[in-house]
Amino acid sequence: MSAATKVERTRITVASSDAEGAELAARLALDLDGVFEEVVVAYQSRIYGFALRLLANPADAEEIAQDAFVRAYRALQGYPVERIATLRLRPWLYQIAVNLARNRHRHRGRRPSELALVDENGRERAFPAGEGDDPMAALERAEGAAALAGTIAALPARYRAAVVLRHVEGLSYAEVAAVLDQPVGTAKANVHRGVTLLRAALAEPGR
Amino acid sequence: MERSRDQGERFDDAKGLTVALRELGVVTPPPSLVPGVLVGTGLADGYWPEETAIGRVFVAYGAAGVVAVQHEEAASAFDAWFRGRFGRRAVAAPPRATLARSVRARLAGERAAPPPFDLRAVRPFQRAVLEAAATIPRGEVRPYAWIAREIGRPGAVRAVGTALAHNPVPLLMPCHRVVRADGRLGEYVFGTGAKRALLTAEGVDIAGIEQRGRTGQPLSGSDTTRIFCYPTCRHARRTAPEHLVRFASAPVARAAGYRPCLVCRPVEAG
Repeated sequence: MSAATKVERTRITVASSDAEGAELAARLALDLDGVFEEVVVAYQSRIYGFALRLLANPADAEEIAQDAFVRAYRALQGYPVERIATLRLRPWLYQIAVNLARNRHRHRGRRPSELALVDENGRERAFPAGEGDDPMAALERAEGAAALAGTIAALPARYRAAVVLRHVEGLSYAEVAAVLDQPVGTAKANVHRGVTLLRAALAEPGR
Repeated sequence: MERSRDQGERFDDAKGLTVALRELGVVTPPPSLVPGVLVGTGLADGYWPEETAIGRVFVAYGAAGVVAVQHEEAASAFDAWFRGRFGRRAVAAPPRATLARSVRARLAGERAAPPPFDLRAVRPFQRAVLEAAATIPRGEVRPYAWIAREIGRPGAVRAVGTALAHNPVPLLMPCHRVVRADGRLGEYVFGTGAKRALLTAEGVDIAGIEQRGRTGQPLSGSDTTRIFCYPTCRHARRTAPEHLVRFASAPVARAAGYRPCLVCRPVEAG
């Protein structure tokens, strides 16, 4: 499967600024089954949030996030200890998720993005919450966030992932480039082009 | 969480955009995500509750299918039971829609394909017993000796009873449809009361079966077809009262010139 082979090729193992991740990776290398759940708990918000901004659909995002962690676990089962210990977990997980999201798009073709706030069981799904907001401000903020999320989801795939990784997830350009398996210059250009498109779309009348 | 800042980068007309984009990253993942991963990786089994004719049960499942069904009111009690019996962890995790659908259809007694099972913990003999029990139609019962004969081990009646008593997936594999040859209901993994309630809900005439046991006439025949059956067999239930005859055993019925039903296949002894 391409997610795993892709990971194989790129090898995100550069020195990490993510101290928590480095500590987790070190323990994970010694006890995969015992520590993997901690990895899921530590990164679920990041990976789910990333998938949600790529796909703009909570049910799809949960599926991609879940699948990404399951594939990560299976990949780790085949890695030598020293490789797990030096793995930069966060960008590595983003990389698996972005590949899964890309494959999914390829399989399903382009679909109109739906901003579902309720899942198939009728439960309300998570969306960004502002703390201490009064109800009107919270509503405006939710509407603004929903509009922005919808605009991001409508960006062409190569800009969307770059913009989300850089500006929503807060990665450095070097990390964006590593996740997307691109030269840094290309990643930078994609982020800038994406933001330009985003701003133009948001400035359109009727938004 | 690490957030690398690039001061050279500014949206002069929309610094607000940068802020709004960062805020989009603040999301709460659904509570089902972590359990879903644990089940998907096989680090834990998942379970969910279902309401049935005998009350709440919990259905546990792994990647391959249903692992266990247990009659408990509280999830915490189920957790403890599962860990004790299987020596591994189960986490509350809603199943895939297809698995939930097939389990619910089976619990509701619909004529549907059984859900996939994961019976790795079940030995071949017990598996054969359970699979034989699964061929008994809803609304019908068979004696333990019938299962023993069906699996080609006619002498293993007691072992059949033990295998059914330790059925890890009651209700889905209907061990409650196996009763004693003397018309009494016999043991059940969730208790005899639950067995009675389940069979009643399935439309089995328990009083009739018990009465036949007491009078020593456990088999039914029709004097028009000259075929004998178990009384809950769909052919026996179709027999008009004026044509119904009762037999103490298969040899007695044979001696009277009757042959065994090809559908319910009564055993020769018992």
